[in-house]
Amino acid sequence: MDAILLQILNGLDKGSAYALIALGLTLIFGTLGVVNFAHGALFMIGAFCAVTLQRILNLSFESVDESQTDFLGNPLKVKTPYVEAWFGPEAGAVIIDWSVPLAVLFAIPIMLFVGYAMERGLIKFFYKRPHADQILVTFGLAIVLQEVIKYFFGANPIQTPPPEALRGSLDLGVMVGFDPNAIIYPIWRLVYFVFATVIIGGVFAFLQFTTFGMVVRAGMADRETVGLLGINIDRRFTIMFGIAAAVAGLAGVMYGPLNPPNYHMGMDFLVLSFVVVVVGGMGSLPGAVLAGFLLGILESFASTTWATTTIPGINQIIIYLVAIIILLTRPRGLMGRKGVMED
Amino acid sequence: MSNKSVTRRGVLKTGAVAGAGVALPTIFTASSASAFTNEPTGGTVTLGFNVPQTGPYADEGNDELLAQQLAVEHLNGEGDGGCLNTFTSKALKGNGILGKKVTFVTGDTQTKSDAARASAKSMIEKDGAIMINGGSSSGVAVAVQGLCQEAGIIFMAGLTHANDTTGKDRKKNGFRHFFNAYMSGAALAPVLAKEMGADRRAYHLTADYNWGWTQEESIVASTEALGWETVNTVKTPLASTDFSSYIAPVLNSGADVLVLNHYGGNMVNSLTNAIQFGLLDKVANGKDFKIVVPLYSELMAAGAGENIKGVLGSMNYNWQLENEGSKAFVKSFGEKYGKPPSNSAQTCYAQVLLYADAVERAGSFNPCAVVEALEGFEFDGLGNGKTLYRAEDHQCFKDVLVVRGAQNPTNAYDTLEIVEITPVDQVTYPPDHPMFGGAEATLGECNEGA
Repeated sequence: MDAILLQILNGLDKGSAYALIALGLTLIFGTLGVVNFAHGALFMIGAFCAVTLQRILNLSFESVDESQTDFLGNPLKVKTPYVEAWFGPEAGAVIIDWSVPLAVLFAIPIMLFVGYAMERGLIKFFYKRPHADQILVTFGLAIVLQEVIKYFFGANPIQTPPPEALRGSLDLGVMVGFDPNAIIYPIWRLVYFVFATVIIGGVFAFLQFTTFGMVVRAGMADRETVGLLGINIDRRFTIMFGIAAAVAGLAGVMYGPLNPPNYHMGMDFLVLSFVVVVVGGMGSLPGAVLAGFLLGILESFASTTWATTTIPGINQIIIYLVAIIILLTRPRGLMGRKGVMED
Repeated sequence: MSNKSVTRRGVLKTGAVAGAGVALPTIFTASSASAFTNEPTGGTVTLGFNVPQTGPYADEGNDELLAQQLAVEHLNGEGDGGCLNTFTSKALKGNGILGKKVTFVTGDTQTKSDAARASAKSMIEKDGAIMINGGSSSGVAVAVQGLCQEAGIIFMAGLTHANDTTGKDRKKNGFRHFFNAYMSGAALAPVLAKEMGADRRAYHLTADYNWGWTQEESIVASTEALGWETVNTVKTPLASTDFSSYIAPVLNSGADVLVLNHYGGNMVNSLTNAIQFGLLDKVANGKDFKIVVPLYSELMAAGAGENIKGVLGSMNYNWQLENEGSKAFVKSFGEKYGKPPSNSAQTCYAQVLLYADAVERAGSFNPCAVVEALEGFEFDGLGNGKTLYRAEDHQCFKDVLVVRGAQNPTNAYDTLEIVEITPVDQVTYPPDHPMFGGAEATLGECNEGA
């Protein structure tokens, strides 16, 4: 029982990342009709916003400590971060320690800008082109973006640890009446799940309860009619692209403490996220979220020893297997609407 | 009546075809005039450095490349000479190899066997490389070794740790300086027994490919010989990025040691996840839970950050070794590049020097003469202490380092501390050991190509 609960938690956690990325993908597809293969790269750029802020906060000045030597036997250059010099060692250390949560604020304007620039600078020229062209250009863009990140940050993963207070794990089992140590779960993974839920809720509330959101939903349903009413729907869709980029970016910022960011982390998630979108139903926001969590949980269970010994290799194919079954039985995905991507 | 007429273009075409036909036999004659593949004829000799320049191991490849460039400088008499001053063989004079200035070309393995073979082939066929050196994967090493064997070229492997490279896939034209999974197990076992006791229950997570399997087999064998029990061995897909679903079952498996048979990004993520789940804070079977990472590298240590504190593993070389060869190499590398060398850099540097020295001692670039010079060659002064290139399998035998993630590193480079230098005798095995292909495994015949 405890093992099942642990895998459900793991699944919700994996599902959070899939759902956040797939939500942005669906948002872009539903509004602009673009299949954005660069969406994984936006997730990766978000994670590197956290790396960048960590580096900025760790900018240091050097002083020579004659009492210590470096690996060549020369006097050791000791680095002191400017924030520690300005705010005192303790306050400075706290600021550095909380760099990932601070990076959420840092990443929002950057990701909005990156999304806006991507849409205005490249993707808008491909609206009227076939989906194959869109896929090629955005896939190319993803490769360019990851190589740019690799050029500046290298190929090795870079740790962006969570704040000291949120490291380690919680004994959840004790809280619900199990034996001690039965269900131990990392705190940051719980934080990630809560964060994902808040963001997903926020996006839905924004679309549901604001005038802007209402216009966007109307545009998604019938772009032409909304245009005829004198509403500049393109501008709103561009903003939605920026918001989708910010959602992917924030998912990346918060993901860094779970697994250290590297330049190809976006590609690792991209294909899975597309499967999530297709399983959820192209253009369906609730479908993307539902499929994200569903596939996350299935993937976790397929990785258990019981599953891999019963059906060897099931952990590697489960997601695609489920996708095939769902597409055969419900060709539009779990919550897909009629007419989307159908001529 | 014939419509055929002689045109200027027709004459040129016929002439060109006829000319090529006449020249063809000469091309073959010229080639067969060489005694062996890519015999250097001018004043230079070209070495081929095949390392990952793109992909996840690009940083490690870059470090290998820096070391190889340094070796070329030292061979040509530039810089401070590095290990030429400490190497026990005094055949190298700093005037190139057999008086020919050393140049090099580079290839990108991308850590993919097919790409690595293609780049090695290109360096051999287009650039005339006389040997191929480097790489950061056992899959790549075995693939390129096979290609070099067919081409009649010497292959000096870089970072490759699977037993198979000098086990069942050993080749007469291929040589490995780096240690292997069996040696990791043999070196780690006594330290594990000393620090953790003989009554332990181990849970293995293993990268699901050739290297992972051989490492798991080696570590299971050496720890079970100590009296440890193996609770479970779970294979994880190489493409895995999040290991939470594999770590969670460890918690209640009854194990008190987790062995991570992972390398590179896999290891960084699996170790990070294991620490997140609080494994190192856990008490199981009345003992403190422990994690072991049998193969360490400096880049993995940097990627894993604070998570490696206290975690045991093994290495081929560490810059903190204090023998004369190591000091000379660290000084030379450190002054040129501003950082200490990694263990993959050291292996690639040593391999270039060992190849050049063998050519000098053989008095020929002929690969079969080089093979003869390297087989059974004993040396010192390249950083690892006394070393033997065993004739039967072309594996180097030397001391192996057991290291631990430092508790209080003072800078970015001393994240690992040396726990023990395991003497070579403890890690030596017979050439026909079952983990290395048994009695059937042979080097085959030397191929000089051409």
